[in-house]
Amino acid sequence: MSEHQFNQDAGQDRRDFLKTSAGLAGLTLAPGVLLYGISAYGRAPDEPASSEVRWGMLIDTTKCSSGCNDCVTACNTENGLDGKTGPQDSQWIRKVHIKDLQTSEQHDLPMMCQHCEHPPCVDVCPTGASFKRADGIVLVDRHICIGCRYCMMACPYKARSFVHEPLHDQKPDVPRGKGCVEACTFCVQRVDNDEQPACVEACNKAEHNAMLFGDLNNPASDIAKAVKTYATTEVRADLRLNTGVRYQGI
Amino acid sequence: MATNNCVDSKSFYGCAKSQQFWALLALGGLAMLGTLFAFFTLEHHGHILTGMNNQIVWGLPHVFAVFLIVAASGVLNVASIGSVFGKKIYKARAPLSGLLALAMLAGGLGVLVLDLGRSDRLVVAMTHYNFKSIFAWNMIFYNGFFAIVGLYLITLMSRNLKQYSKPVGLLAFLWRLALTTATGSIFGFLVARAGYNSALYAPMFIIYSFGYGLAAFIVVQSVMYKWNNIEVDVNILARLKNLLAVFIAAGLYFTIVLHLTNMYFAKQWDYEHFILVSGGIYTTLFWLGQVLIGGILPIMLLFSPAAKQHPAIVFVAALLVVIGGHAQMYVTIVGGQAFPLDMFPGYAVSSSFYDGEIHQYTPSIWELMLGMGGIAIAFLVTTIAVHILKFIPADDFKDIELADH
Ligand code: SF4
Repeated sequence: MSEHQFNQDAGQDRRDFLKTSAGLAGLTLAPGVLLYGISAYGRAPDEPASSEVRWGMLIDTTKCSSGCNDCVTACNTENGLDGKTGPQDSQWIRKVHIKDLQTSEQHDLPMMCQHCEHPPCVDVCPTGASFKRADGIVLVDRHICIGCRYCMMACPYKARSFVHEPLHDQKPDVPRGKGCVEACTFCVQRVDNDEQPACVEACNKAEHNAMLFGDLNNPASDIAKAVKTYATTEVRADLRLNTGVRYQGI
Repeated sequence: MATNNCVDSKSFYGCAKSQQFWALLALGGLAMLGTLFAFFTLEHHGHILTGMNNQIVWGLPHVFAVFLIVAASGVLNVASIGSVFGKKIYKARAPLSGLLALAMLAGGLGVLVLDLGRSDRLVVAMTHYNFKSIFAWNMIFYNGFFAIVGLYLITLMSRNLKQYSKPVGLLAFLWRLALTTATGSIFGFLVARAGYNSALYAPMFIIYSFGYGLAAFIVVQSVMYKWNNIEVDVNILARLKNLLAVFIAAGLYFTIVLHLTNMYFAKQWDYEHFILVSGGIYTTLFWLGQVLIGGILPIMLLFSPAAKQHPAIVFVAALLVVIGGHAQMYVTIVGGQAFPLDMFPGYAVSSSFYDGEIHQYTPSIWELMLGMGGIAIAFLVTTIAVHILKFIPADDFKDIELADH
């Protein structure tokens, strides 16, 4: 998957920014440092997300262990989900088992919101509650969501859950609520604090290292280098949604 | 021929015993109370009490709601044929047709709103519009429909504004075509799902709306006539029944085309096999409900020689179309979701989130009570309006004979 595909939206802004940066380069190196700095992703609460960044995830299914559920558990703990798996319970991330019908080759992989560049949930949401942040993270504004569930009808990945009952003991930085729709946020509360999403951290901790998170727009990031080097797959690539989550090994 | 002077009296129910009116009101009110009870219960406990879940997100309430909304648009056809195309026997029915359109739309929308996860945010829904969303466009079309059809009714019923009824009627006609196009597109635009994702949904919903709307009209008109001991004129009956038969046949035709295109162009074989052969309740509802009860049986009844003389046969046929219409909505809405998303073509898929399997749905009594609210609203609006104003078709029988020659 070539890098420029990630930049469809941010591309123009980025080019403008590069021009400005080049102009300023004679005076100071600061813009270049800002642009290519690998850390410095944390942002103050009043600072808007930047379209210079496109958050993404690369999942290597060959490293994902079939019995392991650590990413799911970590997600539940981080976001205050109870971990139940009934038909009416929320699941932000799940382990999916797939088996090739012809060759019987099998894989396990985590599936969650794919943070599309062109998210169908955002297109169909009547109120604009479903939205995409400038840095590519797809979220639900839980104060505007009316709970119509049209986004759930539209999502090709079954990534969203509807909160079917009143919630108690919620985490202060993860707003959820009965009657609203929710999904994986890439742990936006952590990402804004310069941390990795909980699932990725858990996977690394278990030494599976199947999940790689980072800025697809930053050529120096591990994820950008990886997607440039290896063949990666978008789930339902035929829909041309340019997903932020990519898979390797399937 | 009219055999009762109710036709000439100022209001339809004016001559019926007023207790009967109050009894009807009480009946509708009781159903409405049940709906409100269900609504407040769900508001308190959440949708956990319903059969809907994260797989089947739209259920029985949506079946009732979408049927009412689609039929509301179609029921206006009677008025359109009268005002826009100048047919007199339809013109006499235009006010009732407009009233039913408003009543049924109110009922359908009522259910949709009561089923929202956050019904209390109705103001948000009315003030925040995402213009990329076909759902938001639907809301605009619904509000416009109320305004335009309301205005149309005023022009029809007032003495001074009659001359405006034709242009306003034309606007209403075009508006409702747009509205049903948008309603069908709610499903047609769902590109990720095998059962939807077809441009055919918009025209198909328009054709369905013609049939469901006219059937609902015939049912209501028959009840009103019966209530007042009026015999409908055989010529009128013949017109309405033939038109209904044509609409049902067209609906069946579109259904066939949809499934054929799914099979041959979109290559959705698995989905088609599910709906047409192996889908259990959905397959049964499709063949028995949508095709047989809602299509073939009514056509046979309407074309039977006895139908010409017996309004009861036409009434039964229309009722069957309404029942079949609900079956169609169930197959379309619930069946379309029951079939799993195909995220990994060529792979067998399984997960804790029910990936790769047929999703289960068992509606609860709460959903039924919510859904019935739509019919209750439509019923109450119609009953009250008919009680207050003159809505029963008063035909100028001279016109019928003239039109026949
Ligand atoms: S459920 Fe909420 S986020 Fe989803 S489409 Fe409806 S309003 Fe938008």
